[in-house]
Amino acid sequence: MSKKPQTSNWSRRDVLKASAASAAITGAPLFFSRNAYGAEFLNNPGDGGTVTLGFNVPQSGAYADEGADELRAYKLAVKHLNGEGDGGMMNTLQPSALTGNGILGKKVEYVTGDTQTKSDAARASAKRMIEKDGVVMVTGGSSSGVAIAVQGLCQDAGIIFMAGLTHSNDTTGKDKKANGFRHFFNAYMSGAALGPVLEKEYGKERRAYHLTADYTWGWTQEESITASTEAIGWTTAEKVKTPVGAGDFSQYITPVLNSGADTLILNHYGKDMINSLTQAIQFGLKDKQVEGKDFQIIVPLYSRLMAQGAGENVKGIFGSTNWHWSLSDAGSQAFVKSFGQEYGFPPSQAAHTCYVQTLLYADACERAGTFEPCQVGAALEGHKFDGMGNGPTEYRAEDHQCFKDVLVVKGKDNPSSQFDLLEVVEVTPRAQVEYAVDHPMFAGGDLGSCNNGA
Amino acid sequence: MKNSSALSDWVLFLAFAAAVLTMPLWLAPFGANYPDLMQKFAIFGVFAIGFNILFGLTGYLSFGHAAFLGVGSYTAVWSFKLLSMNVLPAIMFSIVVAGVFAFLIGYISLRRSGIYFSILTLAFAQMSYNLAYSVLTPITNGETGLQLSLSDARVLDAMAGITVTRSLPSTNLFGMKMSGMPGFYFCAVVLIVAFFIALRITRSPFGAMLKGIKSNQTRMAYTGLNTRPYLLWAFVISGMFAGLAGAMMAVTDPLAGAERMQWTASGEVVLMTILGGAGTLIGPVLGAALIKYFENIFSSFNERILNRAFEALPDSIQSIVVDTVGLFVGEGWHLTLGLLFMITVIFLPGGIMEGVRRITALFDRDKSGSSSAASNTAAAEHS
Amino acid sequence: MDALFLQVLNGLDKGGAYALIALGLTLVFGTLGVVNFAHGALFMAGAFCAVTLEKVLTISTKVKDESITFFDAYKEVPILEAKFPVVGAFIVDFSVPFAILLAIPVMLFLGLLMERGLIRHFYKRPHADQILVTFGLAIIFQEIIRHYFGANPIPQSAPSMVSGSANIGALFGLGENVVYPWWRLIYLTFAAIVIASVFAFLQFTTFGMVVRAGMQDREMVGLLGIDIQRRFTIVFGMAAVVAGLAGVMYTPILPPDYHMGMDFLVLSFVVVVVGGMGSLGGAVLAGFLLGILQSFASMNEIKSIIPGIDQIIIYLVAVIVLLVRPRGLLGRKGVMEE
Repeated sequence: MSKKPQTSNWSRRDVLKASAASAAITGAPLFFSRNAYGAEFLNNPGDGGTVTLGFNVPQSGAYADEGADELRAYKLAVKHLNGEGDGGMMNTLQPSALTGNGILGKKVEYVTGDTQTKSDAARASAKRMIEKDGVVMVTGGSSSGVAIAVQGLCQDAGIIFMAGLTHSNDTTGKDKKANGFRHFFNAYMSGAALGPVLEKEYGKERRAYHLTADYTWGWTQEESITASTEAIGWTTAEKVKTPVGAGDFSQYITPVLNSGADTLILNHYGKDMINSLTQAIQFGLKDKQVEGKDFQIIVPLYSRLMAQGAGENVKGIFGSTNWHWSLSDAGSQAFVKSFGQEYGFPPSQAAHTCYVQTLLYADACERAGTFEPCQVGAALEGHKFDGMGNGPTEYRAEDHQCFKDVLVVKGKDNPSSQFDLLEVVEVTPRAQVEYAVDHPMFAGGDLGSCNNGA
Repeated sequence: MKNSSALSDWVLFLAFAAAVLTMPLWLAPFGANYPDLMQKFAIFGVFAIGFNILFGLTGYLSFGHAAFLGVGSYTAVWSFKLLSMNVLPAIMFSIVVAGVFAFLIGYISLRRSGIYFSILTLAFAQMSYNLAYSVLTPITNGETGLQLSLSDARVLDAMAGITVTRSLPSTNLFGMKMSGMPGFYFCAVVLIVAFFIALRITRSPFGAMLKGIKSNQTRMAYTGLNTRPYLLWAFVISGMFAGLAGAMMAVTDPLAGAERMQWTASGEVVLMTILGGAGTLIGPVLGAALIKYFENIFSSFNERILNRAFEALPDSIQSIVVDTVGLFVGEGWHLTLGLLFMITVIFLPGGIMEGVRRITALFDRDKSGSSSAASNTAAAEHS
Repeated sequence: MDALFLQVLNGLDKGGAYALIALGLTLVFGTLGVVNFAHGALFMAGAFCAVTLEKVLTISTKVKDESITFFDAYKEVPILEAKFPVVGAFIVDFSVPFAILLAIPVMLFLGLLMERGLIRHFYKRPHADQILVTFGLAIIFQEIIRHYFGANPIPQSAPSMVSGSANIGALFGLGENVVYPWWRLIYLTFAAIVIASVFAFLQFTTFGMVVRAGMQDREMVGLLGIDIQRRFTIVFGMAAVVAGLAGVMYTPILPPDYHMGMDFLVLSFVVVVVGGMGSLGGAVLAGFLLGILQSFASMNEIKSIIPGIDQIIIYLVAVIVLLVRPRGLLGRKGVMEE
């Protein structure tokens, strides 16, 4: 059908004409761009009766269950902010500017999105919220890669990002942003909190063998934990990187048997952690003896949802967590009560941090008297509060990281129910896990200046 | 005949250009007229058009095209970091680097055909992904993805006297910022250009040669022709399209993540092409838009929205309807995708374009032969 | 030495799983000429047979949980164990082996259904179409599982009497550190038995003979008046059962989740291609070979020479084999070599 002669029918002039035509069409609809009315900041709810928040959580992929729990917490927080339900931690937050009448008198609405635990999908979803749904704040995330990627996006777009579950040092270190805030603890804090407990429980002379998920979060955690175990006199036998999603870890576990190490540290999270822990125990590591010492396994970052996945295997294994539902302070109890009544089971640490972040954002808006991101950010910076389940807490102004007590937990030997899997061994005081802003593990970043998108 | 074919190509091209540029208008009723989604339509349109040059014309099914997309993104972000925030050098380098990468992989993979070719491309893409995620982190920044930073060199910008102080610079085309609507129009123009190139390739003797390979490679070989150079060119060109798409992703959002290279991402572009109609010119763009629309809009439906949508129904029925529909939207949108895809492959192997053709054929018969412009376009468009 | 010995065991164990999945895949290709991208989903379906059985056996009554005071929480008490403490506990303990009995009919049914309902209509379609339609089916399988079982892995425990590890070092006169989990040894034995049975079935029964003849020359067998079609349907069912059994037995090693099918799909395809499309012996050989290579590539001594080699070894081997010997290790000359 198509032979040579007619292909050259398109002369250069034709092409020029065509591009001129397209250029004319291109120019025309430019007035459709957003914010033509000249708001003083991006997505200003203005005189409307509602304000929209964006909940960006993994709904598919490996962290979908955590994402589902985060979403439950967000919905609960919205309920409480709008004055429905029993109010949960709104009643225990100290000091509090919350009214139970929405935020700044506007009813809180929300949109949800699926991050798929991929930075691309998470950013696409956040962009939809910002560009289409007009949200004033995005929150969520169940992995550090996603949180850092979305945090960068919110900085560039000019809205506030309240990080959900993200544990990497980089989120408020190398990759910190003026518009981003993290309530969750980080790998350094895990190491600092675990160190003394491990020394007390297992002594000063141990040889640790690290299995580390081969990506950024795994490396920062390995670095943090190695630093704190070597500080108490432990030696490091070997650090082995494992591919993410390896499934079967047997080929990484058998070398541990012959390494002379007496402690295995699993820098894994999610599915990797469930698999590697289960398999390590199948290989008899828990019953092993090395030069008269019982072999020990440590999982530096614990989560109850994952402990559920690993079942029996978590018994007696130490780790750290941001929060646990069995805490007895008034804030935790109020939260567990209202979450439990709503859904029939206790919340996870992911749910907790997400709920707290939403309330803190609302509180900051009330105190600032506006949704303008820079003023809200200023209200969060250096803010000290209590009653949110973690004791006295401070949002450090220099890096937007919350400083609070950290929990060291252990897999419970005799759980009384399927939720009762971890017991709190020690509440490590804030002073012990605090670090300087320019600590080498966090160096190299810059908050930059706040962006309101105008 | 010759003239009418060239004319219908013109009509097709102009209609396409007009449709793309007026997207902000006609997408409004679908809630899809926001810049990010429309940018995605254009970017994945380019990706699918390029993929179609290989798969649609030659029938070689590559499961590794996402690797070229990823390479394009990484190259573009590095260009932003080292050279300039201007998008032109980034796009140029991305196309070149992706082309070179495609040449290397294509040279090896094209030694085999059929499913072996698919597996080879899949193997290369998985290797690229695994390495980008872990060992190559100094280049790719692994899980977090390669991002801009304040301390980047930006040699050309520095020479031009552009410096940044407190906030990250944004990508631009000689000063015009590439985010939001301008970004969309930029992507739209690139898509139209890419479409034009694909149209020319399809109509050229080279395109005819590729189609010959698809219908009967052995016969082509018997005529004393070595088909491999043609295939390799098709592979490299389609890799360059993928690199261009990757660069545009970085232009509209300066971040490059490793998951762009995963084999499931390669699978996605296959889905797009098939869904729209492999071998057609418009089909892949349609397929790309449909899948991205699903991913962004369907996945955002939640219970609250559904309840509101079906408010008019009686309570008991409403809850049943919401539950059933809820299975397919929100977190269940993958299920819809899988179903839609199976239905297409089973009943409409030619994708949406075949459906359009069948409908217009019916329409034509009703009007007893009077050829409408639409069917004319569709016929010309199907090569 | 001890370390190497253990890595060989690891490799054989992994290889057992790869071989079982690849066996069915290559069988279906060899007989029906169909490239089945939903084969990984069948492996997953088998694993979830075990999960379902365990869930059914531990169907529980909800009892108010007194340990949680500040909201109404309920804990679950399995009825079976509560009613028949000894027998019930025994059955629950052995739920994974019992799941085999469930998996055989379920997987056979699923396989026949798939062949009759879908695959049959794709015999004459190009390989690309077959890949695409089964890929779509795999997505649907996976999403249905996720909808009902969630995204987190669900651990299954091996019977308690074999949940520990065997001190095989003493057995072979190696060091005391040479221990290996009983269940993994059982899995290896199980894989060997299943593989041997499939081979024996094809080698020594009339049915198998016809199938093998059909694999050689389908048209000829048809001309002889044999209903090869019906037999191929059964072969597909058999492949599904083998994949399902591999899934059931693998659950104590790898807690099953909705994505495990996709995880194994690419791997098993590589195994089939390395072994030779349509070659049963090749699939088994390649399965074990790749398993062992993967284990050795993971050793720190090797990773320190070639960083990241454990991430790509399988694909690297596939590329080399395809280029040097495209028909695969034991593939017949001419199969897919156009």
